[in-house]
Amino acid sequence: MIPELGHFALILALVLSLVQAVVPLVGAQRNSMALMAVGRPAAQGQFFFILFSYACLTWAFITSDFSVELAATNSHSATPLMYKITGVWGNHEGSLLLWAMSLSLWTVAVTVFSRHLPEAFMARVLGVLGLVSAGFISFTLVTSNPFERLLPGAGEGRDLNPLLQDPGMIIHPPLLYMGYVGFSVAFAFAIAALLSGRLDAAWARWSRPWTTVAWVFLTAGIAVGSGWAYYELGWGGWWFWDPVENASFMPWLLGTALMHSLAVTEKRGAFRSWTVLLAIGAFSLSLLGTFLVRSGVITSVHAFATDPKRGLYILALLVIVIGASLLLYAMRANKLMGGGSFGLVSRETALLGNNVLLTVASASVLLGTLYPLFLDALNLGKISVGPPYFEAVFVPLMTPVVVLMMFGPFLRWKDDDLVAAVRKVAPAFIASVLIGVGVAFAVDHVTWRTVLGLSLAAWVVLASIQLLVGRLKERAGASASSRLRSITASWWGMWLAHLGIGVFIIGVTMVGSLDRHLDVKMKEGQRAELAGYTFVFRGAVEAQGANYDAARGQIELSRDGKVLDMLTPEKRLYWAQGMPMTEASLNIGPFRDVYVSLGEQLDDGAWIVSLYYKPFISWIWMGCLLMALGGIFAAADVRYRRMAARDAAVASGRRVAASA
Amino acid sequence: MKAKFLVPLLLFFGLAGFLAFGLTLNPREVPSPLIDKPAPKFSLARLDAPEQQFTLESMRGEVWLLNVWASWCVACRQEHPLLVRMARDKVVPVVGLNYKEVRGDGAINARGLSLEAETSMAIERARRWLSDHGDPYQVSVMDIDGRVGIDFGVYGVPETFLIDREGRIRYKHIGPITPDSLQNVLMPKIEELRRAG
Amino acid sequence: MKARSKRLMLVGGGVALLIAAVALVLSAFQQNLVFFHTPSEVAEGKAPVGKTFRIGGMVEDGSIAREADGVTVRFAITDTAKVIPVTYKGTLPDLFKEGKGAVVQGKLEAGVFQASEVLAKHDENYMPPEAAHAVEQAQQAAKTLSQ
Repeated sequence: MIPELGHFALILALVLSLVQAVVPLVGAQRNSMALMAVGRPAAQGQFFFILFSYACLTWAFITSDFSVELAATNSHSATPLMYKITGVWGNHEGSLLLWAMSLSLWTVAVTVFSRHLPEAFMARVLGVLGLVSAGFISFTLVTSNPFERLLPGAGEGRDLNPLLQDPGMIIHPPLLYMGYVGFSVAFAFAIAALLSGRLDAAWARWSRPWTTVAWVFLTAGIAVGSGWAYYELGWGGWWFWDPVENASFMPWLLGTALMHSLAVTEKRGAFRSWTVLLAIGAFSLSLLGTFLVRSGVITSVHAFATDPKRGLYILALLVIVIGASLLLYAMRANKLMGGGSFGLVSRETALLGNNVLLTVASASVLLGTLYPLFLDALNLGKISVGPPYFEAVFVPLMTPVVVLMMFGPFLRWKDDDLVAAVRKVAPAFIASVLIGVGVAFAVDHVTWRTVLGLSLAAWVVLASIQLLVGRLKERAGASASSRLRSITASWWGMWLAHLGIGVFIIGVTMVGSLDRHLDVKMKEGQRAELAGYTFVFRGAVEAQGANYDAARGQIELSRDGKVLDMLTPEKRLYWAQGMPMTEASLNIGPFRDVYVSLGEQLDDGAWIVSLYYKPFISWIWMGCLLMALGGIFAAADVRYRRMAARDAAVASGRRVAASA
Repeated sequence: MKAKFLVPLLLFFGLAGFLAFGLTLNPREVPSPLIDKPAPKFSLARLDAPEQQFTLESMRGEVWLLNVWASWCVACRQEHPLLVRMARDKVVPVVGLNYKEVRGDGAINARGLSLEAETSMAIERARRWLSDHGDPYQVSVMDIDGRVGIDFGVYGVPETFLIDREGRIRYKHIGPITPDSLQNVLMPKIEELRRAG
Repeated sequence: MKARSKRLMLVGGGVALLIAAVALVLSAFQQNLVFFHTPSEVAEGKAPVGKTFRIGGMVEDGSIAREADGVTVRFAITDTAKVIPVTYKGTLPDLFKEGKGAVVQGKLEAGVFQASEVLAKHDENYMPPEAAHAVEQAQQAAKTLSQ
């Protein structure tokens, strides 16, 4: 009964999304207040029904109702409650429902937090979001109904893939989806602006905080996903460049470009056409990512879960949404020309340069991801494009980005003097290179990659310090605290996020240059040495979890004769799927992780043990955290609220005038 | 409208074209090399009477289905009720090819098992599963080591082969049979073959 | 500077950057693509020597053996027609088993494939697509021959 209610609620949500799509758009066209006013309640009602539908599906998982096919294939009565709940989105159908729910949540957020928007603009935004939502809910209902019954019901479920039974997987998908889908708001704002022909600084200002918040979610989501891969996949890698990861990374790159482009459009009125294109592009890549992951075109050529009907439906959706937006863009873009002019040496140029580089980087990831498909389509052989390609492309593209990123803030808007600016940053730049070379020699790992990485990181840190000092000096004579207070939240946001990149680069470079790995056969009592640490194998004991049996290794970690930790890596066998799984054990420190995982047990009772030493790896995620934190600061800037209040006053004044 | 603003749109259409083409590559439609070729010969023990062997010859003159299954296969559970219904309505004779019953099951470490032990375990498991879920098969045979499955080019369970009166494979269905695929794909082909013979 | 020449410089810079990027991508492709070959192709000598490539197929039953160090593993990959011996040093993936599909990446040295990476499937029931492809190709070849 409850699954049927959920199904019914989802159908109602679809109806409401259609209402939300059509009525306000017509209203905005005809300038009818009554029609435009329908958007808000329709969006909120839609959210209610999707939420209800989602709750019904979760209920089927929690109560182990295995007459629901999805629960039967993705849950098990012995699965811990937390993983029953997260099992809802650990599959195709459920994750689509989560997609639709986050879109709806964003829409409701727009209706609540952007009340100051002019009615017609708001109506168009809601209309566009409603269209996207209708596309996705109908996709779910038509091709991937999560409430499909299995009659007669299964006696026991098949359980969630053990890899997904992990705390990281509890928050990773919701964060990632909130990020992915969040770009729909920026997209809807851009389309609404194109439709209304109103593409001014106000539009950019309205759009900016939404874009930034979506970017924060995406950053955090990617970071958590990478952390999950690091400790769950059992061999200490943190990024694999696989299609699923690339699907989230491409929108991130373009979203980063969009954030910066919006800043220029708001402050200087320039780049408007480019900004609109980026807004369309970032969301298009989110959709494309969904297509790649969900259609099975790339990831699993022979997975039965992927139905060609699904691929076709979502491709059609893609063509309609992106095709129509790009057509609209082509029709309206010539109205977007002009705007603030700027000199060849100016902050605008630096931002434009980075924008182009980020876009090119994003395109190169797309190409690498799709290239095997192209070759296969042309019957030129089966290939795989691995990390070496992406690294070979990425390092040269990102190096100028990082250099420009810290140089740009030293430049003035509009026009600046190149010689003066270079003179300003030259000491920091030279010092960075020296530091890079020096540290590389100090850690005895002199490769061009290490030197480059360390120099870039030093450049980011030194330039950040110089920026902050310079900013504090601006108001000479004022007290220290008033100087600090004079710095806006969005400036702190920029500063933190850029510093985060520096921290991130330190992590990537150190791990890439100095990590150590050893696979070794160990019997009870045997010891092994790696990077100055001593590992003693104290045997393996039987252990049992809620839905698995495990062999738990006992490995004593010590350094210089001092015992630091007892590491307990596990080899688990999950009952329902009979699937073996490696669970690594970590000793985490600020400057290094020690990472141990169990391989196979050999016939003589010994185990194959993998030992890893990972210097500075946590800096990778610390860097991401700083970036996300920077985004939060930027979005929370009081300026937006002040401007919003002003816009609201203007809008209500207009309304008063109109009704008078 | 200026031409240069159409560039993104054109780029996107090019990409979409490739993606559409990529979809058609989806190997659900893998043209099996065996199509229209005589089915590989085999002789395997029957599940109901392991001392007896089953060969293709015994099905000569009939249009029938060879359904590859195993008790550990989850997707089989999905198509099973449909197979049972088909058997009840006598739609078409279905022969079951039980594929790697024991060694295919990830939960069992079959390495130390002797072939006899594995066979008796497999028969026990397969029988229990059929008595639990219903037995839709005219006869089921045991492919303990998966050799016959390999001859048929099986690389996932379930798969279903449509075999004509002369013993030629005419169609291969990958994945679980659904009411939709039965009605729109399999049945028309079966009827065509029946008419032809 | 005149608006016109400024624009020209911006556009010129953009074009130069694009050309550089395309060159970069192409050279990266040139050097880093990993081709896939079936065991039959390798047996026929169609696979490159001294270059990294991938083989897919099934792990031959009874072929897994460990050397005394415990860490070096020998096994064989087959597409049911031809068998290629493989050595690998390291831990094998959880789902790596005899009689199941696997894909290995590495180089061919003196008739033995030195794997640097072993990939197994993510799911118990199905083979990795590349492994399935190899088996299918071999089947096809076998059928053509028998005619």
